[in-house]
Amino acid sequence: MNYELTFEVERGDFETAGGASRKIKKTLQQLGISSKIIRKVSIAGYEGEMNLAIHSLGGTILLEVEEKEIILTIKDSGPGIPDLHLAMTEGWSTAGVEARRMGFGAGMGLPNMDRNADHFEIESKVGDGTKILMKFFL
Amino acid sequence: MKLSRVQELLEAVVLSGESHLDDEVLTGFGCDLMSDVLCFAREDAVLLTGLVNKQVLNTVDMANMNSIVFVRNKMPCEDVIKMAQEMNLLVMSTKYILFEACGMLYANGLKGAHLR
Repeated sequence: MNYELTFEVERGDFETAGGASRKIKKTLQQLGISSKIIRKVSIAGYEGEMNLAIHSLGGTILLEVEEKEIILTIKDSGPGIPDLHLAMTEGWSTAGVEARRMGFGAGMGLPNMDRNADHFEIESKVGDGTKILMKFFL
Repeated sequence: MKLSRVQELLEAVVLSGESHLDDEVLTGFGCDLMSDVLCFAREDAVLLTGLVNKQVLNTVDMANMNSIVFVRNKMPCEDVIKMAQEMNLLVMSTKYILFEACGMLYANGLKGAHLR
């Protein structure tokens, strides 16, 4: 089983944000993935999608379903994270008023992605962008 | 507890997903912070919240929760109700504040849906 899908996420679009994650969840259900794994992928993917809408200049989510793992790659085109250690700290957030009105910006997104994924990698460069790679073992 | 009992106890108005009123719910989570719902809530629980935007529906969907009760007489806009209908998600609204609504459900046997 090899399956690949890419989704675009626009900056600040809180109206449609979440649409990619709903499609990812539906796709995994159609592929017969267990609901326990779907929940982990869905939560981590949705946190990533909201982060793209809240913090980035726009980006993409790539879903890859392979024989032994599901891979989510979340990439944006900036602005980049100056201090990754701080960004990974629970409770630390730079989210604005609009995100907080939606119930986000509590500084739990990145730690929650790490918690749900079996493998989590993040790299970021200011002025360049951020890339997050998450693997979920089947 | 059946979700119809949740509706009855909270005197809630059903906005979508009426066919799920016969479903069982074992736990509940009361919160306005969707980040915390995604971190701490168990699946198959009812979410009680004062937020009424589309991201509440997405949060419940991603976390595999089974229903939403909007508290403090909050009513979402038509777009949100339409989205809930398309998702076939049970969404209700109650006049009670979050504290009272959670207390009434807890006193009647519903447990907290937090991860331990």
